[in-house]
Amino acid sequence: MGNTSSMLTQYDIEEVQQHCNNAFSQQEIVSLYERFCQLDRNGGGFVSGEEFLSVPEFAVNPLSQRLLTMLDGLNFKEFVAFLSAFSPRATVQQKIEFIVKVYDSDGNGKVTFNDMLDVLHDLTGQFISEHQREQVLTKVLEEAGYTKESLLVMSDFVKILGSSGLKMEVEVPVD
Amino acid sequence: MSSGKGGELIPSSSELDLDRPNIEDYLPSGSSIHEPVGKLRLCNLLDISPTLTEAAGAIVDDSFTRCFKSNPPEPWNWNVYLFPLWWCGVVIRYLILFPVRVIVLTVGWIIFLSCFIPVHLLLKGHDKLQKNMERALVELICSFFVASWTGVINYHGPRPSMRPKQVFVANHTSMIDFIILEQMSSFAVIMQKHPGWVGLLQSTILESVGCIWFNRSEAKDRETVTKKLREHSQGVDNNPLLIFPEGTCVNNQYSVMFKKGAFELGCTICPIAIKYNKIFVDAFWNSRKQSFTMHLLQLMTSWAVVCDVWYLEPQNLRPDETPIEFAERVRDIISVRAGLKKVPWDGYLKYSRPSSKHRERKQQSFAESVLRRLEEK
Repeated sequence: MGNTSSMLTQYDIEEVQQHCNNAFSQQEIVSLYERFCQLDRNGGGFVSGEEFLSVPEFAVNPLSQRLLTMLDGLNFKEFVAFLSAFSPRATVQQKIEFIVKVYDSDGNGKVTFNDMLDVLHDLTGQFISEHQREQVLTKVLEEAGYTKESLLVMSDFVKILGSSGLKMEVEVPVD
Repeated sequence: MSSGKGGELIPSSSELDLDRPNIEDYLPSGSSIHEPVGKLRLCNLLDISPTLTEAAGAIVDDSFTRCFKSNPPEPWNWNVYLFPLWWCGVVIRYLILFPVRVIVLTVGWIIFLSCFIPVHLLLKGHDKLQKNMERALVELICSFFVASWTGVINYHGPRPSMRPKQVFVANHTSMIDFIILEQMSSFAVIMQKHPGWVGLLQSTILESVGCIWFNRSEAKDRETVTKKLREHSQGVDNNPLLIFPEGTCVNNQYSVMFKKGAFELGCTICPIAIKYNKIFVDAFWNSRKQSFTMHLLQLMTSWAVVCDVWYLEPQNLRPDETPIEFAERVRDIISVRAGLKKVPWDGYLKYSRPSSKHRERKQQSFAESVLRRLEEK
């Protein structure tokens, strides 16, 4: 592969493992490193947005742009930490935290009506009008006991999503 | 495996889309299978975990990148006993075999050029004789190339007969595919125009066997290319066309989707399957990683290039088949014979982004389920 530092030492692996709170096994981290180097074609030490978009399965995903703002410029340690929410060892709490981060565009821990509207727009595209989207969101929010002005935080999401059996796991292929 | 008829091939005006059967048939999808029911609640709108899981799955591993991963032979030199043996091997390959091969290739070129140039210039008037001699000479230089990598090629199946209205298609791993097939029988090929010495060869010598050039950017103007193909295949005295419908080099473990151009010419399609034995060398030309020169040098410093070539039974378009289905059927035949796994991606995605139609299909299906559940009590 011939990138900068294409060899991971045992020390590196342990450091990454600690950083992601043991979400992945050492073998999985080695596999993820191979994958990271494969994606990082110009060897810059991080994977750029363009390089992520060169994976067609990722590029066709409706949330790819939102995820790119979170993924752009991450080094390998941060990349593994990003993926840790998808490990089978991650708790429901960690998964919900990740979902909140996707919604919370200004990073202040509070999800506004507009944040939710934006994500809904990504998921539905041109197939629902802007007006209809607002209507639907307002209706289900009010039925759940919130209003348009409500600012949802982590505990709200736990209440809303925690009971629905969140399935959010990927398998890291290990040779 | 047949792609669904009727409802699943969504009619669309986008050119790229007409090339593909329904991708959803192939992609791993947990979310698009189960249809959510029941009244729409807040958790249904806010739960983006299926979409996120698909994205993360693609980040961690995806079938498209796997098609273009080089697979070098397993290193076996990892202990005190094997290492000196391997080292002897390196010495033999680089210091003995390589110079011999360079000599063989040089001799071949000298013979070729000293025959080709006179034939090309002097026999201008005698078309048929000139063509036959040039064809024989091109076959000769290809044999020299193959010898220069110590090519061990097993040809299976009946040698292709030269009949009109016949087109050959094969899976594509490297430009040496063309050389390997050309040494057995003379083909005309349609190729991407390359820069450098390869381009020079293309415009001089390969002209004589009748080749068609295109540029990938021009390939979007499918009509020009299809017209050239049709003209060539109708011509009586032309060499049969060899087409690589994948459009790009793939790593000989997977096959990407076949472009339908070759399959709508109204000709019989003769599939050829090529499989390289990767114990000896990885013959995949990873054009993103090496130039063709480096690739050839790599082949010339390996022990041998061992491969199997199967000439398979000619196929015709069935009355109830579209060209896309025909292309998929032939891809299936070739992939089974050569032991390749099929992926639903267009090889040109190496150079461009997927059409937005795929994302829109997902968006549409989610939007419809939201609106439907809104009505339920």
